[in-house]
Amino acid sequence: MKYICFGYLDTETWAKVPSVEQLATVDRCIAYDETLKKNGHWVSGEGLQGPESTVSLQYKDGKVVVTDGPYAETKELLGGLLIIEARDLNHAVQLISNHPGVQMGRWEIRPVQDLEPMIRESKKRRSAGATNRA
Amino acid sequence: MADSMRRLLEQLYRTESGRILATLIRLLGDFDRAEESLHEALRAALEQWPAEGIPENPVAWLISTGRFKGIDRLRREARAVSSLDAIEATSFDPLVAMSDGSVPDDHLRLIFICCHPALPAESRAALALREICGLTTEEIARAFLSSPAATAQRIVRAKNTIRDDRLPYEVPPPAELPARLASALQVIYLVFNEGYSASAGDSLTRPDLSGEAIRLGRLVHSLLPDPEVKGLLALMLLHESRRQARTAADGEIILLDEQDRSLWDRTLIAEGIVLVNAALGAGRVGPYTLQAAIAAVHAKASGSAATDWAGLVTWYDRLLRLHSSPVVALNRAVAVAMRDGPAAGLELVDGLIRDGHLDDYHLLYSARADLCRRLGKTDEARASYTQALANTRQGPERRFLERRLRELG
Repeated sequence: MKYICFGYLDTETWAKVPSVEQLATVDRCIAYDETLKKNGHWVSGEGLQGPESTVSLQYKDGKVVVTDGPYAETKELLGGLLIIEARDLNHAVQLISNHPGVQMGRWEIRPVQDLEPMIRESKKRRSAGATNRA
Repeated sequence: MADSMRRLLEQLYRTESGRILATLIRLLGDFDRAEESLHEALRAALEQWPAEGIPENPVAWLISTGRFKGIDRLRREARAVSSLDAIEATSFDPLVAMSDGSVPDDHLRLIFICCHPALPAESRAALALREICGLTTEEIARAFLSSPAATAQRIVRAKNTIRDDRLPYEVPPPAELPARLASALQVIYLVFNEGYSASAGDSLTRPDLSGEAIRLGRLVHSLLPDPEVKGLLALMLLHESRRQARTAADGEIILLDEQDRSLWDRTLIAEGIVLVNAALGAGRVGPYTLQAAIAAVHAKASGSAATDWAGLVTWYDRLLRLHSSPVVALNRAVAVAMRDGPAAGLELVDGLIRDGHLDDYHLLYSARADLCRRLGKTDEARASYTQALANTRQGPERRFLERRLRELG
């Protein structure tokens, strides 16, 4: 089962950490990611750039409106996300609990939604629609 | 090939993970470390077995590989050096461990720690199902109609309690064994009942949980054949034997005296009766054994008229002496009604209502309603069915009571 794990960065706390320690934490995170890969738990993972490079899209009055931001109002930023393969929710909790990244901020773990049934139903509807039109 | 190997390992996981995990916890000294090592061992099996062939003793291979992986991990993490020394110093041969009784002992240790009385009752059941039966958090949540998040948290907290309170990983010493065993049996029975008679929701039974409880019961019985373990296993088997007859095709409830007894599973009944007799012969007769003896009286009868109701009242008396409970008293009242007539039963039921211990218990009012109905007291029957209805959330139970109400006219 796949779990998507959102890692937040507590910017205020993180800024106070001496840079030597920051680097050591980063090293430990990367080493742990390698362990996850080696043990077959890693599906994929990405770090995120900051809010200054974020744009938001919104559908308004029949048009897509693009704005920059949102700029975080809290000191907590979504720093990255990790997709892991785990046996169940508790296994995912355990894998992320051991991630050195938990010392950098809050994590959120969400099981992926299996869209297969929804896609199958949709295909049925669409092909039925095509037959009706024919 | 890869798929069939994956299936084989999944099957192995379902049946053996508890046993492997149990030993790894002892060897590595930590629940989470043992679990992760078990996963690593399974992964190694998936990589190595297709090329090297399936080992002669897969369980021993997985225990041994898991132990190495765990030691490896500790070394990599370069922490807990003292515990690493202790772990490495322990000589370990999985094949010897499996034959000298230490693996079965580990399995018992795992059962006792998951069912430790220091943990809340629901946590015990969730932990036992996950760690011993190999169910996932999500499956357990579904079975208990709880959210995966709440279930996950319950399991995390239970494990933290085990670690922080340093609950000993041991088969309890003889002096503590009866109380600790009672706690383990209680967990198994709770799981069984949750499967046999779901407390809420639209389906009357959730067979998976009952099956898991019976599997646990058989496991404990194979490791520790105590009379009460026999009694509980017998009780579960005798109840399970009626599963096919308990519900109609449309999912509605069929009461014991209206069940088609040809649907009862004779194999389960035979096994249950052998176990009850063995438990009764052991001298020390406990509450599960007495309840199993009661279930056995029903199992032996061809119908309501052929049931030994006088014998049942006697069993209920013994059970009440051992363990005074208003629910047991209610069941006794129903048996008395069958032996001496509904008026005698109603008198006892009304006594229970006056005692006020079962105020919210729907079966109390539904039993009262049934006795009133048989006595021709239609108005009182209607009032009691209505009260029973107000006290149950379960779909089929509700529809059964509504049907009875309609039948009264």
